[in-house]
Amino acid sequence: MTPSAPALGTRLRRAFFSSPFNALLTLIGLWIVIMVLPGLLDWALFSATFQADTANECRQNDGACWAFIAEKHRLILFGLYPFDEQWRPLLASLLLILGLVLSCRRSFWNRRLLIVWGVLLPASAILMWGGILGLSYVENTLWGGLPLTLMLSTFGIAFAFPLGVLLALGRRSHLPIIRALSVTYIELIRGVPLISVLFMSSVMLPLFLPEGWGIDKLLRAQIAIILFSAAYVAETVRGGLQSVDRGQVEGAASLGMGYWQTMRLVVLPQALRAVVGPLVGLFIGLFKDTSLVVIIGLFDLTQAAKASLTDVSWAGFSIEAYLFVACIYFAFCYAMSRYSQTLESTPQVNHVKV
Amino acid sequence: MSKFDAAASTPLIQFQDVNKWYGRFHALKDITLDIHQGERVVLCGPSGSGKSTLLRCINGLEAYERGQLFVNQQLLDGNLKTLDAIRRDVSMVFQHFNLFPHLSVLENLTLGPIHVLRQPREQAEVQAHAMLERVHIAEHAHKRPAQLSGGQQQRVAIARSLCMQPHIMLFDEPTSALDPEMVKEVLDVMIELAQTGITMVCVTHEMGFARQVADRVVFLDEGEIVEQNTPETFFDQPRHPRAQQFISQILH
Amino acid sequence: MPSPSVKRRSAFSWHQPRVRALVYQVLTLGLVLAGVAWLLDNTLANLATRRIASGFGFLQQEAGFAIGETPIPYEAHHSYGRAILVGILNTLRVSAIGIVLATVLGLIIGLLRLSPNGLLRGIARCYVEVFRNTPLLLQLFLWYALITDRLPAPRQAIEALPGIFLSNRGLALPTPADPMALTWAGAGLLLGVALLLIHAHHRRRAAAARALPGLLKAAVLIGLPVVGLVFGGERLGWSIPEQRGFGFSGGVLLSPEFATLLIGLVSYTSAFIAEIVRAGIQAVPAGQWEAASSIGLSRWKTYRLVVLPQALRVMVPPMTSQYLNLIKNSSLAVAIGYPDLVSVINTTLNQTGQAIEGVALIMAAYLTISLSISLLMNAYNRRIQLDGARP
Repeated sequence: MTPSAPALGTRLRRAFFSSPFNALLTLIGLWIVIMVLPGLLDWALFSATFQADTANECRQNDGACWAFIAEKHRLILFGLYPFDEQWRPLLASLLLILGLVLSCRRSFWNRRLLIVWGVLLPASAILMWGGILGLSYVENTLWGGLPLTLMLSTFGIAFAFPLGVLLALGRRSHLPIIRALSVTYIELIRGVPLISVLFMSSVMLPLFLPEGWGIDKLLRAQIAIILFSAAYVAETVRGGLQSVDRGQVEGAASLGMGYWQTMRLVVLPQALRAVVGPLVGLFIGLFKDTSLVVIIGLFDLTQAAKASLTDVSWAGFSIEAYLFVACIYFAFCYAMSRYSQTLESTPQVNHVKV
Repeated sequence: MSKFDAAASTPLIQFQDVNKWYGRFHALKDITLDIHQGERVVLCGPSGSGKSTLLRCINGLEAYERGQLFVNQQLLDGNLKTLDAIRRDVSMVFQHFNLFPHLSVLENLTLGPIHVLRQPREQAEVQAHAMLERVHIAEHAHKRPAQLSGGQQQRVAIARSLCMQPHIMLFDEPTSALDPEMVKEVLDVMIELAQTGITMVCVTHEMGFARQVADRVVFLDEGEIVEQNTPETFFDQPRHPRAQQFISQILH
Repeated sequence: MPSPSVKRRSAFSWHQPRVRALVYQVLTLGLVLAGVAWLLDNTLANLATRRIASGFGFLQQEAGFAIGETPIPYEAHHSYGRAILVGILNTLRVSAIGIVLATVLGLIIGLLRLSPNGLLRGIARCYVEVFRNTPLLLQLFLWYALITDRLPAPRQAIEALPGIFLSNRGLALPTPADPMALTWAGAGLLLGVALLLIHAHHRRRAAAARALPGLLKAAVLIGLPVVGLVFGGERLGWSIPEQRGFGFSGGVLLSPEFATLLIGLVSYTSAFIAEIVRAGIQAVPAGQWEAASSIGLSRWKTYRLVVLPQALRVMVPPMTSQYLNLIKNSSLAVAIGYPDLVSVINTTLNQTGQAIEGVALIMAAYLTISLSISLLMNAYNRRIQLDGARP
């Protein structure tokens, strides 16, 4: 006689009420859900105003004022970019997102990736700046919102990556001076908050450079983000380098390959594949960290939210604005973290059984 | 006496009073050894006797502190150009294969010829296919090493070494990491190789192989060459007490 | 013996590894030094043209600005040095409390993530994903908006418990009227430390003595000072907040800025700690669970006696970096107006124009704090490793 699956009642009882303690926790959990969820849903959906022409219409209801978002979404998404040209930051953002998606596909984990980014990064920059190819020039003080966040993070990781790899190799070098310089840089940067590096870049860089070498604010922030991320990339890549078996280097040496050949053809491909997950995590962190440029006055997605609140006729909807922006960040970051989870669960064809 | 007389030709590999230390530990003591072209030499001895260390000195994977080591009449003294030249002519097969897991079998074989010997890709691939045929593994050319068994991987490693067209092949316990049923397929390949006249130096415990193929067996113990002889003499009538003890232990 | 037919190359050829190493290092060092020299040159020139002072003399000048939260007495006429000290104390204050709360909350949520109860698992999962995938700065803005916009004014404050008021001006708590009560708290702390040391000594002597569970030790270390504080309060009188005018008098007021920063840091960091706890527990081999259940240990006992001690070894290094992250993230205080060290030094820097000294001070402060925490946690990490196991 085949045993039948337990009845639904039994299953529920076992899952949620198996012991007095478990029952108590379930009740607390239910209480939390009942306290939070209906109120939240009511505010966000049922009592919310989705369509309104003025703020007062919205204020008459208790719920969220999503009409505010409808009114302000272009500002939040694209900042102060000229209204008619906003297809350009949109396209630039899509190109960068395309680059990110392609970077995730295994078939691109080779030279092709360099070509992809080599085309997409300049293309997005040209779209944003204009001035050539018949596009009107838009100076970067008008850039803002999502495209700026995307640009800061992708350009950031693109340039931080080679620098980080060099630092990681330097940290493992047998040459004492090179190792000392690498370690000092990495530990110094990792010991201080991003804010201080941003301050350093925005406030100190003008002092470090000769008179007349004006660097605009955006570039200063970008340099700070690159220098900061490079240290974290270095530590992650170092973990990958440590995971490559010593025998690989010996195998390459026995074929007559030199240091840089061995690194380029044998060690780094394996090391980088080993730490793709943590590298994605790093990028997620970088994406969130770009919000700090608010503090030095740049107009990223977070600042755009704040800016939308300054309109006097639509005042007092800060929570809606922040939630909207939070959802955008969440969408990107959650997608990327799910992707990195699939990476971890896919069986690696690269690990040889020894 | 080996059929390779000292007077007949200059030895391909010459150890002259080579000493090596690992910190305080004296790993190689006054090693003096000549290996001639076409000779098949087996190094054996208990673990820790220094046989792998000796082997790895030949292609510069280990450095020595005292004495002189000549390979192809070039002195190994740390000079990187000499080392590069020697490594192009000496190939090594490792106990743990050391295949490159991120490349296919074919790419493993063509990596050295393309990037070190500067051969064009087509030529390297033709040669790679030929070598894969020789080790009887041609059908797996496009697989990754992880998809192959241990014996297959080791044969790929041998093919990879052959693609560099070496004059000297070094084997560092090539079958020690294999499951017993795969040892024979690798040894068969090595026996075929031995018949081509290439100079081979093997560290191995496979005494059957030594008997069949070796011109000379060199027995090391505690960093010294204790005895060297033809295989028949060495296995049947070992002279030195330590050699006798070793033989009795492995031929139980 | 055949003689080598090779020419002895000169000892200084490019092909000698030592020569190459020397050249690479000299070149790199030279480049770095040249770069630094050029930057220095420019900096000195720029400082001169802009007539910016150098050196740390400004630390003794009068600050001229007020600070909203002052753990030690401070007024506008005090020096910059004192102001910066107040900033550092504020940073340490929010970081220390934040680390403790984040660890506790992270532990709870991490355990919930592994609960067989699907509802609890789901709640924990939502918590972790929501707080990990949004920027901390944005979360701070949201909390600040919630506290300042949604909480009532002090006159209509919510009295959660007698003497504890919640309003958009912050959280008002009763405190002992006399600062001497702190000495009672200190006495409690000393008593707790002494008890634990005696216990450790006793364990060394009598090998069979069982160790107290870590939870009990923590409870003693935190509980006794609290008991001391309450005792001191009872003896010396309490200062209870009362609604007066547009605010409160008496007691201590935890500002919205402090509350925002604390809630933000704790909720954000606890999400990461929860994942570390989950990974650490999952790293303990399944065989351990099986062995424990085969000798009849309950689920909770298994956690406490078998799994958590082993999981701890895996958790400590990433936990350390989360603590360091929390401390570094407290620098976001500058965006919501909490006077932490970055915020104070930023004001100083703007007033004196001495940007380099200011940023150097910020970095030095954080490096010192980071290094101390790292050293402490690494010492703890070494202690809990299994003898002979590689960390």
